[in-house]
Amino acid sequence: MGLKFGRLVLATLFASALAATPFAAQQALGQGKAPLVKYKIVDEDSIPESLTGKPGDPEKGKKWSINTRQGHCIACHVMPVDQPYMGEVGPSLVGVASRYTAGELRMLIVNPKVVNEDTMMPAFYKADGFHRVRKAFVGKTMLSAQQIEDIVAYLLTLKEEEK
Amino acid sequence: MLRKTIAAAALVAFAVGAGSGALAEDKPVEPWERKENHVKAPKDSPLDYLVSGYWFRTPKTRALQDDDFENPAFLWVEQGIDEWTKVDGKAGKSCASCHETAEKSMKGVSARYPVYSAKTKKMMAVSHQVNYCRENYMKAKTWKWESGKMLGMTAYIGLQSRGMPVSVSIDGQAQPFFEAGKDFYHERRGQFDLACVHCHQANFGQYIRADFLSQGHSNGFPTYRLKWQKLGSLHRRFRGCNNNIRAIPYKRGSPEYTNLELYLAWRGKGLKVESPSVRQ
Repeated sequence: MGLKFGRLVLATLFASALAATPFAAQQALGQGKAPLVKYKIVDEDSIPESLTGKPGDPEKGKKWSINTRQGHCIACHVMPVDQPYMGEVGPSLVGVASRYTAGELRMLIVNPKVVNEDTMMPAFYKADGFHRVRKAFVGKTMLSAQQIEDIVAYLLTLKEEEK
Repeated sequence: MLRKTIAAAALVAFAVGAGSGALAEDKPVEPWERKENHVKAPKDSPLDYLVSGYWFRTPKTRALQDDDFENPAFLWVEQGIDEWTKVDGKAGKSCASCHETAEKSMKGVSARYPVYSAKTKKMMAVSHQVNYCRENYMKAKTWKWESGKMLGMTAYIGLQSRGMPVSVSIDGQAQPFFEAGKDFYHERRGQFDLACVHCHQANFGQYIRADFLSQGHSNGFPTYRLKWQKLGSLHRRFRGCNNNIRAIPYKRGSPEYTNLELYLAWRGKGLKVESPSVRQ
């Protein structure tokens, strides 16, 4: 109960922080040029609506999953890709589409701390509220809204094989 | 009789099942997992056991450290030996003028550092103490933290504690510095929003970014890091970690990093000093 409430407060705080971000600062946000998109959290663990209104590109999503500068999901997660080094500090993403909905995946990439405040997974679509961020990354998100949609689209292709 | 046999068989099956968690996926038992390489964790430690970073590295890297003639860090140690007896500064002194032979006078020093100094009212790492002596007793210019001379000297001093257990004190005057270091260790930072604890306590023995996470102990520093192709200080390593998680690093020798050094030394209390070690 306490934890659930905490999450709600966190999500609300986050949402209000976004609303308060001045336009000039928003210009610099994101890997793309667009200002940070507002989104709605449903049931405390899901963002059902696309951040961009455009469908993601699973091919590009796969690329971001491997890219060491942007995305790099395999730094922590095992994925069904042909790569020599994959991390194991996060859960395997093999068959992940059979375990989570699109909205839940989007939430976990945007800001997993809304779901689990103790997680070590970074928020990929959060631009402030951090401690001692290097100048080059101040006010920026780790990924753009479209990159997140691409990754969600890719993850949705990772269904568990029927045996 | 039959009952007993079944019970015994069940017991065996249970014991095998309980002990083979890592074997379930046909993973070999890694050197860091082996009990004989573990050291008892200090009282109140958050870790179940301690294991040196040495055991997280490849056999090739370990072999480099095992042989002083192969260990590239000894190039710096030789420099440290030269500096020990070299007269420098207006007082016309060398380290040896006061401390005579390092083999005797420096034995155990690195094992118990950093220490609180009543003179400076600060937490002092070995490098701070070296510069304190240079400035106040030798009347010589201080050395830069990451200079060859400082690394050589701290490696030479560290060598005199090799094989001795880390035995830092966190009581009395050291306590507030220890608490600050502990807070630092648990504080999230940078765009990645990570704290030391996330990688080195919750996930040692796992891969992250193609890197094998250790418990993050300090008992091997200064260390010859293959990636650096150079001997480097613990504070240099802190800066690297902070940079990687996109956090603003602190200065080498800063109070923040020195407090963290104290906390880390406590976490590794009982591990043998390996300075100067070799890491990947």
